[in-house]
Amino acid sequence: MSADVMTRPRTRAMPQGARRRKRRDPGRVLRLYVPLGLYLVFTLVPFYWMLVFALRPAGSTDPVPWPITFEHFETVWNDIGYAVFFKNSVIVGVWSLLVTTVIAVMGGYALSRYRFRGRSLFMVVLLCTQFIPGAMMLIPLFSIFKSLGLINSLASLIVADTVFNLPLSIILMSGFISAVPFTVEEAAMVDGCTRFRGFLAIVLPQLRPGLIAVGSFAFIHTWNNFLFALMFVSKQDSFTIPVGLSYTIGEYSADFGALAAGGVVAALPVVCVFAVVQRYLVHGISAGAVKG
Amino acid sequence: MTTMRRKAVPYLLISPTVALIAAFLVYPIASVAYYSLQHRNLTRPWADGFAGLDNFRRMLFEDEVFWHSLGFTAKWVVAEIGLQLILGLALALIVNESFIGRGLARSLVFSPWAVSGVLTTGIWILLYTPSTGVLRFLGQPEAAVLGNPGTVFPAVVVTELWRGVPFFAILLLAGLQGIPGELYEAAAVDGAGRTRRFIHVTLPHLRDAIVLATLLRGVWEFNNVDLLYTMTGGGPAQVTTTLPLYVAQRAVDSKDFGYGSALTMAGFVILLFCSILYLRLSRFGEER
Repeated sequence: MSADVMTRPRTRAMPQGARRRKRRDPGRVLRLYVPLGLYLVFTLVPFYWMLVFALRPAGSTDPVPWPITFEHFETVWNDIGYAVFFKNSVIVGVWSLLVTTVIAVMGGYALSRYRFRGRSLFMVVLLCTQFIPGAMMLIPLFSIFKSLGLINSLASLIVADTVFNLPLSIILMSGFISAVPFTVEEAAMVDGCTRFRGFLAIVLPQLRPGLIAVGSFAFIHTWNNFLFALMFVSKQDSFTIPVGLSYTIGEYSADFGALAAGGVVAALPVVCVFAVVQRYLVHGISAGAVKG
Repeated sequence: MTTMRRKAVPYLLISPTVALIAAFLVYPIASVAYYSLQHRNLTRPWADGFAGLDNFRRMLFEDEVFWHSLGFTAKWVVAEIGLQLILGLALALIVNESFIGRGLARSLVFSPWAVSGVLTTGIWILLYTPSTGVLRFLGQPEAAVLGNPGTVFPAVVVTELWRGVPFFAILLLAGLQGIPGELYEAAAVDGAGRTRRFIHVTLPHLRDAIVLATLLRGVWEFNNVDLLYTMTGGGPAQVTTTLPLYVAQRAVDSKDFGYGSALTMAGFVILLFCSILYLRLSRFGEER
């Protein structure tokens, strides 16, 4: 996780002149735009199809949703209970985001700024956790939460999701912190700031992209987690969106419109978050995870 | 600040992480090992007790689903990783070029990564529905692809590709951005064409990123339960049951924790063995 990776300006494969010449190259269309177009069709048709089902009246088989109806959204939000599922998912997602980010900043700061005994062991443990399957942890975690009295409580989901988000978040965060030059921080300490004050005043403002990347990563993962919510929560008023959706799928032969509308409700928050933070994520991975 | 206190700072900073990992990852793994030697079923608590190796005997010699799930898990992981590597690399190379609207194109092609496994199931069930899905436009009006043992495998593989290729591409794109542009210029000056630049500059530099991405995604696809659980439930006739899916069904549906723990131990051993073997064979991180 070297700092020079971060500070190096982003390199481009072609110098300016070469790129301009390439634009008139007919091979470029074949090489670039045709495959990209095909892949976009593969990516977007499923999304479009979900919107079609969600917006057209029940019984219609039209490939264009016209006239538009919101009846399916009213069904899932009010009758099936997505209003409650949505609220639960937001609570779990936001708490996990906050806790993950705070702990990841602490751990990332320690990894990036201190050379302490056990540091490499800590790194190895973090990497090893990436090999632990969530499905394999269902049974022991259920037993733990049961003895803590947290079954059917959203707290069990917040804890479990935070634990599974943490390792990668810390690795990403330490990459972002290493990118902030230590000299500025030192200067602040020479000027009489405590290390903590210096961190708040100097490092934190520059850490915005890292906070956004790690926070959104944690939120998306938590929002999408299905198995933990399925296993640890069995009361309907504690369901999260994925669990609610899985029950809608189970009854899919009955109502495709409701399934699609539920899907739109599930997709909207994460797809919006992702569209905004996508470039921070690529940057963060190239800085931290791949370079290890 | 005394030296003692200064030395304690990094340990204080990592202490919440260490505590959480110890309590909710390390301790549970130890307890799985313990449960795997017990009879433990939440629906039949009167029969609980020490089992010795009985769970393992049952798994290895009596359980056909276990052996079948191993075969399907291997088939699933190999198919997914092979196709995701090819498509993900192609996609990363495309969106690494500079063209107008690149940011938008990246956001769009990467977006399925943010979608959950359950939602992916929901979306693709709509596409695969015989009467109203998109397949009727391809001239297959009555094909119930998910209910047919012959078509269910390609159907779930394509579905998982939709969601899996983007993250592969993100990892490889991050690797591509670390390749210095001067190398391509130097190669071009030496008269290397596009193909040779790809083989001699891009691939060697991407090597570690590719090894890491295939390993991470391999583990991930091994663990991928959400999609199969909701899309096929392991069926029809358990032809799409992976080992972790089998564990999840044991845990969620039949609450047979003792036997489920034995299956979990088998999963750990297989995953550990395959990961080490893969890292050895790919000589990850070695200087070349």
